[in-house]
Parts: sequence; structure tokens; C-alpha cells
Amino acid sequence: MKYDVVVIGGGPAGLAAAIRASKNASVLLIEREARLGGILKQCIHDGFGVVRFGEKLSGPEYADRFIKELRDTNVTVSLFSFVTNIVKNDCYKLTYVCADGVKTVECDKIILSTGCRERTRNGIFIQGDRCAGIYTAGAAQNLVNILGIMPGRKVVILGSGDIGLIMARRLTLEGATVEGVYEAKSTPSGLTRNIHQCLHDFNIPLHLSTTVTRVIGKNRLEQVEVSQVDEKMRPISGTERIVDCDTLVLAVGLIPENELAKDLSVKIDPKTKGAIVDQNCQTLTDNVYACGNALHVNDLVDYVSESGETAGEDASKPCGKRKLVPVKVKGKFLYMVPQMLDVNADVSKVITYFRASEELSKQKLTVTVGGKEIFSKRFAKLLPPEMERVVIDYSAADLASEQILIELKEG
Amino acid sequence: MDMVCIVCPNGCRLQVDKTDGGVTVQGARCKRGENFAISELTCPMRSVTSSVRTTVDGYPVVSVRTDGEIPKDKMFEFIRELSKFTLDKRVPIGTVLIEKVCGTDINVITTSEML
Repeated sequence: MKYDVVVIGGGPAGLAAAIRASKNASVLLIEREARLGGILKQCIHDGFGVVRFGEKLSGPEYADRFIKELRDTNVTVSLFSFVTNIVKNDCYKLTYVCADGVKTVECDKIILSTGCRERTRNGIFIQGDRCAGIYTAGAAQNLVNILGIMPGRKVVILGSGDIGLIMARRLTLEGATVEGVYEAKSTPSGLTRNIHQCLHDFNIPLHLSTTVTRVIGKNRLEQVEVSQVDEKMRPISGTERIVDCDTLVLAVGLIPENELAKDLSVKIDPKTKGAIVDQNCQTLTDNVYACGNALHVNDLVDYVSESGETAGEDASKPCGKRKLVPVKVKGKFLYMVPQMLDVNADVSKVITYFRASEELSKQKLTVTVGGKEIFSKRFAKLLPPEMERVVIDYSAADLASEQILIELKEG
Repeated sequence: MDMVCIVCPNGCRLQVDKTDGGVTVQGARCKRGENFAISELTCPMRSVTSSVRTTVDGYPVVSVRTDGEIPKDKMFEFIRELSKFTLDKRVPIGTVLIEKVCGTDINVITTSEML
């Protein structure tokens, strides 16, 4: 069997990519779980789709809109299917495991929409006992929202990212006591509105510059030791405090999932930890695309869908020869996507996402080509947890021979 | 006083001041932010999401939400209402499970498709 495009991962990015690609191409969508929707299935809180639909939907509702749209396309969906291997000859040959056994399929183009994975206890080196009661926030969310099981009664949450904050509220509403949310950084990692509606509304304390330094428990978790940390996030001796709890929820960051990308020798950006892409979400490996949280960790699903559509649109078209030039950045950026431009493709509407590396006020973003300004935008405030999006028109510039520079400075 | 609007992910930082004639709101990028600030000072409202038990195979719980906002101080009463409810059949997404919950005009609707 051969398809024009195979989309790997049926979450919000993959759904959007498959729908868009199917307008001009034959598409197979491979999903490892029993149902489509990815992580949205368990994100039952609302606030999804404000940008796209102008409504505050819950995660499953947002996914449902795309799943229903997908049904009206000719996309073939393979559920309970896990891609184990991809090799490239004249085209790409994928091996995947599914209910029918091991199957292979060929395709011209691959869209990686594999989402991201949570960092675990091992990823942040918490010392102590090997007891039950330590969960990643996503695992706790799955237990409560999909399986209807409470992970514990007295909860400490480490990490103030959005998932940690959402789980603080969710567990409180379901009857648990959340003793506090601890954050090693000196500023919260999640959206400001979530600090308010998830913590302040329920009087849950947020302890900044403080982290969990030890877990204590014979079989089940009984206590955690928390310590204040210095500006380099090293625990300060003498500040240790013991907190009684039976559950530790870790919301300590997400990392794009790139196992398959690495097999395909896709170049990874150390800043985003996702693939380096051009404005059409095509990686440096021809005919391999990356989108959604596999590309960089987003805070709004609306933009996950958007990048899926960008990838799907381009993958469904006949491929021309690319000429890639780098987009240089200067200033306090955490990261910027896309990192490259294909000057042989349309450059009139380049959707550019970026985050500042620290809290900044009164900033001016300037895009210059060969020293000549072609775009600028002012920002009253920039925060690392809040991703920014700008659309840049490069069509008047001579991209092939001049250097492209995006700069962030006060102004 | 300072406030953060929770209506949409923009999270506008609001400067809210009570004056003789009412309330002035600065920093809101849209009208909804102004309304939010005024409501926060008079009767704070929240939409609430949760889940209810089911007896349907494959769905230990199904996700639900209020189809509008309820007073913030009724959130826990709302959750207790949900805990009394068990869904015994497959229903399409958006089905009303409880009408006029906690003496409000708000209904509880399902937010997942049960396949």
C-alpha cells in the first residue's frame, strides 16, 4: 500500500495536518491509542479554541470538532498502531505494529505530529526512597479524568507549568488537599490567568524558588523535603522543610518527542528540542515535516492546529527544489520557529513563533534583511511562559543573497 | 487594584479602580475584560469542568462542564451535585445531564463523545 502522506500521531496537530493534506493527497493517519484526540482527551478543563473558534471549549470538545471534520475526508485512520521503524529508499517505508500484526506502508512524505513527553523524577534527580505515590501531572490527569481514580488525598505539586496548575485545581475540586505548588524558578512557569483561576481561587499557596529535594516513604510516599534554591537553582542548606503528603505530582516540563525524527537523521534545534524547520514546517530532511508539540512546546492548542495545517498544506503539494537560508536571531530569545526559510517557496506570510528568555518590558521586535528593516512590532511585556506569534512578509526582500536577522531589543 | 483577566489566554493585566460613579478598568484589550473586572468585584463567576461516573463500558467517567458560568462560591456545591449523578447510557457530546444546577439557570453538559 502506498500513500502520498503518512501522518504519525492523531492529536490536535496530526488531525489538522491530515485534514488539510487530504484536500490534495491520499493520507494515512497512524494513532497509537484507541481513540483520536491525543492529550486533549484528558484535558477536560476549558479555554481551548478561543483564538480559532472564539469559544471556550474543553479539550475533548476541541478535538471532537476536528475528528468530525476528519470523518468527511478520505483520510485512512489506523488506531492502536505504533510506528517502530522508518527507512528511506525511493520513498519512505514505515513499519508499524497494530491489531493485525506487523504491517508496512510506503509514502512520499511523512508528517511527525508525535507531541511531547513529560519529564519524570529521573529527569530532575530527586533523591530518596523508591515509593509509590509519585506521578507526572499527565499521569495523574489521566487517572482522574479518564479512569475516574484519585491518585491520592494529600498532594504536593512540583512545577508551576500550566499542567501543574490545572491539576492543583482539579485535585482540589475532587476532594484532595493540595498542600502547595513548588517552583524552583523565581517566576511562575504557567500562564498568569492559570495562577489566578487555579491557585488563587482555591487559596493554594505557590512557593517560588523552592523545590522538592527528597522523597520519603516506605511503601507509599509519606513526606517530601522541600528546600529553597539560589538563583542558580542549587538548594540552600538549612532551608529544608518536611511536608506531610501521600502524593507528589511532577509538572516539571515537556520535551518534544523525536525518537522517529532521530531515526530519520532530522536535525534538532537544541533550544526548542524539536526539529529545525522552514516556514512550511518541513525539516532539513526533505519530505519530513514536524508540527505541533513535536516541533516546539506550545501553550495554546490553536497554534498546534495551525502548524499542523501548515505542514499538511505543504506536504500535499508537489515538491519543488528547496533553497534554505537561516534566520539569525539576536537578543533575549528563548527560541524562534521557523529557524530557516525556503526562499523558493512563498515567503509572504511566514508565521513566526517565539518566546523571550526572561521577563521583558517595552520590547521591539525588528526583522531586517541585509540591514534593511522589513517588519517591526512592539511588545509592552514579554514573558517566557507566553508564546508570541507574528506573521512576517518577506516577499519584497532579496532573501537569497542578504542576511536575515530578527532582533529583540528595548524600544 | 491589579487583576488578571481570565476570560481568554491573552490574560490581560487589568488596573481596576473603584470610583464614586462605579468602576474604571484599564489594560483590557477587549470589552470582555472590563465586564470581567466588574463581575469580579460584585459577583465573581466561573465556568466549571469536571467529570461524572458512568456505567458504560470503556468509560469509567465522562467529562462535563457548565454551559455557562456559575457563582464562584457555588463551585464545591456544584461538584457535590455531580458526585450524586451516575450516567447509565451512551450519550452524544453536548447532552444535558443536569438542568438548572444548584439553583442557577445553568445546565451540565457532556464534553466527550462516547463511541
